[in-house]
Amino acid sequence: MATQIKLPEGAPEEVITNALVRDVDLTAFGGQGSISLITLDNGQDHNRPNTFGPASLQSLDTAITDAIARKPAAIAITGKPFIFAAGADLSALSFIQERTQSLAIGKLGHDVFRRLNECGIPTFAFINGLALGGGLEVGLHCNYRTLASTAFTALPEVFLGLVPGWGGSTILPKLIGPERAVQVIMLNALSNNTMMKASDALKLGIADAVFEPADFIERSIAFAVSILSGAKKIERKDYSNDPAWESALATGKAAALKKFGGAQIPAPTKALELIASAQTNTLSQGFDAEDQVLADLMMSDSLRASLYAFNLIQKKRKKVEGAPKPALARKVTKVGVVGAGLMASQLALLLLKSLKCPVVMSDIDQERADKGVAWVKNELVKAAQKQRMSAESAQRLGLLISGSADNSVFAGCDFIIEAIFEELSLKQELFKKLEAIVSPECVLATNTSSLSVEKMSQGLKNPERVVGFHFFNPVAVMPLLEVARTSTTDDATTATAIAVGKELKKVMIICKDAPGFVVNRLLTRFMGEITDAVDEGTPPAVADSAMNSIGFPMSPFQLLDLVGPGVGLHVAKTLHTNLGPRYRISPTMEAMVEKGIRTFYLKNEDGTVVANPAALALIGQAGSPSTQEQVRTRALTALAIEARMMLDEGVIATAAEIDLCMLMGAGWPMHLGGILPYLDREGISDSVCASRFHPAGVASLP
Amino acid sequence: MSRSVVLVDAVRTPFGKAGGIYAATRADDLMVRAIRGLLERNPKVDPSAIEDVAIAAATQTGDQGMNIGRSAALLSGLPNTVPGYSIDRWCAGALTAVTTIAGAIAMGTNEIAIAGGVEHMGNHPIGEGLDPNPRYLAERIVEQDALAMGATAERLHDRFPHLTRERTDRYAMNSQLKTVKAYSQGKIQRDLIPMAARSVEFGWAVATADEAPRPQTTMEGLAGLKTPFRPSGRVTPGNSSGLNDGATAALLASQDKALELGLTIKAKMLTYAFAGVEPEIMGYGPVPSTLKALKQAGLTIEDIGAFEINEAFAVQVLAFLDHFAIADDDPRVNPYGGAIAVGHPLASSGIRLILNLARTFEAQPDVQYGITTMCVGLGMGGTIIWENPHFKKS
Repeated sequence: MATQIKLPEGAPEEVITNALVRDVDLTAFGGQGSISLITLDNGQDHNRPNTFGPASLQSLDTAITDAIARKPAAIAITGKPFIFAAGADLSALSFIQERTQSLAIGKLGHDVFRRLNECGIPTFAFINGLALGGGLEVGLHCNYRTLASTAFTALPEVFLGLVPGWGGSTILPKLIGPERAVQVIMLNALSNNTMMKASDALKLGIADAVFEPADFIERSIAFAVSILSGAKKIERKDYSNDPAWESALATGKAAALKKFGGAQIPAPTKALELIASAQTNTLSQGFDAEDQVLADLMMSDSLRASLYAFNLIQKKRKKVEGAPKPALARKVTKVGVVGAGLMASQLALLLLKSLKCPVVMSDIDQERADKGVAWVKNELVKAAQKQRMSAESAQRLGLLISGSADNSVFAGCDFIIEAIFEELSLKQELFKKLEAIVSPECVLATNTSSLSVEKMSQGLKNPERVVGFHFFNPVAVMPLLEVARTSTTDDATTATAIAVGKELKKVMIICKDAPGFVVNRLLTRFMGEITDAVDEGTPPAVADSAMNSIGFPMSPFQLLDLVGPGVGLHVAKTLHTNLGPRYRISPTMEAMVEKGIRTFYLKNEDGTVVANPAALALIGQAGSPSTQEQVRTRALTALAIEARMMLDEGVIATAAEIDLCMLMGAGWPMHLGGILPYLDREGISDSVCASRFHPAGVASLP
Repeated sequence: MSRSVVLVDAVRTPFGKAGGIYAATRADDLMVRAIRGLLERNPKVDPSAIEDVAIAAATQTGDQGMNIGRSAALLSGLPNTVPGYSIDRWCAGALTAVTTIAGAIAMGTNEIAIAGGVEHMGNHPIGEGLDPNPRYLAERIVEQDALAMGATAERLHDRFPHLTRERTDRYAMNSQLKTVKAYSQGKIQRDLIPMAARSVEFGWAVATADEAPRPQTTMEGLAGLKTPFRPSGRVTPGNSSGLNDGATAALLASQDKALELGLTIKAKMLTYAFAGVEPEIMGYGPVPSTLKALKQAGLTIEDIGAFEINEAFAVQVLAFLDHFAIADDDPRVNPYGGAIAVGHPLASSGIRLILNLARTFEAQPDVQYGITTMCVGLGMGGTIIWENPHFKKS
């Protein structure tokens, strides 16, 4: 029996997953005796999956004891409809105060789960639905696993800043070998938390058999009977002498370094260490090591920041802070996209796929408009070919997209978004023209990244229908949408914009119309410090690697290359004009744009990257270089100042929304909590703004 | 008939008690399980070759609605090219699904098809949503008793006073005892498809046997039961079938197709008939339907070597046996027990009779003909006469 432990103080009450035991007579399946079938069921529907907190683990422990006492031919464990178990109950983790508490929770999981392997009775996991993290790990402790053909499985711990610490890091490499274990624990988790389909899990050797969900339990029992009778045998391989250990670990390491821009982040590093140990250790040794790693991670600021970020994203995905009542939103049955360039075409495609209503595009001549439409149609064909969309849907949507050089096609639109050249006068002129064509309620949205939305609306008969609707590149992939309200934007317009954003499955924030909104304002300020350092004489290699240890997905100049120096310079200039000289205009960047040099880095044929000599040649000779540490400090300081100013100016309501923006719009990592928890824990917020952004304990250790 | 129709196979889920093991299970899931179990047992049948799916339910709403025939076909994983439809003749639903499919096969419009029936009386209590036309009573089209099945059973006692409470109780006890014996010999389990059933309170169970049988039944116990349909009546919960959940499925084919595919032939359909009687004594229905079927087949009751009659009420079985001068405990009748013991999930029961008869045919090659028959609410009976493919003249 495992030792009882309590929830940490302040933690929300545990939703207990009950483990219930019932015997199944095997004679009906041609077998002998019975299976003690343990059901995991928290009594709620699939929207609240089974999870494991202390009381749930206790319940499973009791169930296992009960099952063993029944002296069955086998013990099996399964879930509730659609859900096996979604892992540890994360809600309590943020409240843990002491290392001993974290150690206890890790150990409790092991103590309970390992009984499934050590009880001397054959054990089976009938994974009938979603199994994540600790949910999958329960199954890994069993001797055999069946999987429903529609069930998704994953070990997402590394994605969350944890390690599979209830047996996964130790058992999986021994069960399926180092290469595949690295794939599941490292590569899948680091690749946006990719989940495995049942067919993948079967191929990887995680599942021994896959059955359709309609009679999954019945067929799983029949499978168990065939194993028990010896009619079916599952071969297990000993991987301890597998030649692939070294290369697999190297692959995992490289993936982690790539993901975090070369920084060594604790969770992936520790996960790899645990995987490596699995080559030679015993299960017990592995479990002990997992306990220690888990306790260390749980008592780290970076994990607290990750958990904060994870919960923030989950919460804000559902509810947009400060949004007007959804009922105010107007129906959108026809959409206009002004512009037919690449960005506009991507927007048109996304709107078309999500809203499934007529989308009209326009550009200065028919040829350009046609080109945009052709691009959208081609994307639909490609999607159908790749079976991401049915041929019928592609046909349907293909008929809904059209383009013209004549703005009159926008008549009848409920929502128009412009993505034309970033020039205020052009946009002002456009909105005036559109106003003559569309109804007074039609929302006029702009995808501008830094121009004033307010100014675009001035002089219109109905300025209240103008709203900023700012996407990030690539628009289909980046999850953030900034919705910017001017001083006149009304609630119906905002609600309509939010409703459209929801259809596009975006995470949204509502901000005041202010230069650069949130993400670009912070990124540009940050970039300005790096380019400044270079312009002052800091070697580019020093300046650009100054942030490497933090774990951003790319270095500042890699980001610049992605955005393009032209766009970057344009935004910098706009912010310089509107926010003041702290936004500097880099002569090096001006020179790059002037000379048409598009990237700072060049990719060699072998994939290695070198600084572009043409770009290096443009850097002036200045005499006050900074060290890496100095560059790093000034960049982070700038971020803190700017973030504080945005909050003080009311550009954005809460610090959490700034973090959300950086997580979802800039791809900044979870272990930084976006950015502000990191500035807090590094003491930068305190030294620069004389206060933290988040109270201690919210996104950090208490 | 223009073409011979054969029963290839038939199965059922274990029957549950309403509010029992299937309390949290959907009716359509029961039906799907029966169909999948049937197909699993008959791997020679290509699912895409199934030409129709006829599924019966007495209450066709909710989880028994949405055209349960088509819905069960899709949910069973049959290709979407396989059509499906719903059947309703109350208790004779599955029986009618079988005869309707058989009609299509005989006419040459189908070669191989599935018939089935389901009733979840926990989810759909008897009489749910019924809205009898006031004309029934105002114009005396029927008497009040005709609308309550227990009352019709009491009316049979009135009509045939020699069918006493003592005789019905004894019949009921024998049904329980025959079921106990059949279970102990493994004769019922053979055609049961184990069914997983969720319970939030207790966890998943897997039903592998009927839930309703009361093996401890005694005459004394039965005699002490109350008569809920009438003060001092004779019909009790002990000599009636209960309220149950369950599903049944049968695979039917033309004889030619079955031979071509090398399928089992468990019974051969000779003919069938449905007939009406006064709704107040609906339990008498099997008498006229059997007389009609016998006449069509050119047989007499003496030619029938095996009977599977639904035990909605013991008195209704006795009325049938009495008419044909068959003893209450004739071994040819319901040798594995009947609905009084295992339960009667209304529209599913017909196929339970058929699969039992098929087992009798297999065990008794000296029997040439058998019948499956049942009574139907609002005054009807249905009878199918089957020929034993294993028959050998002794």
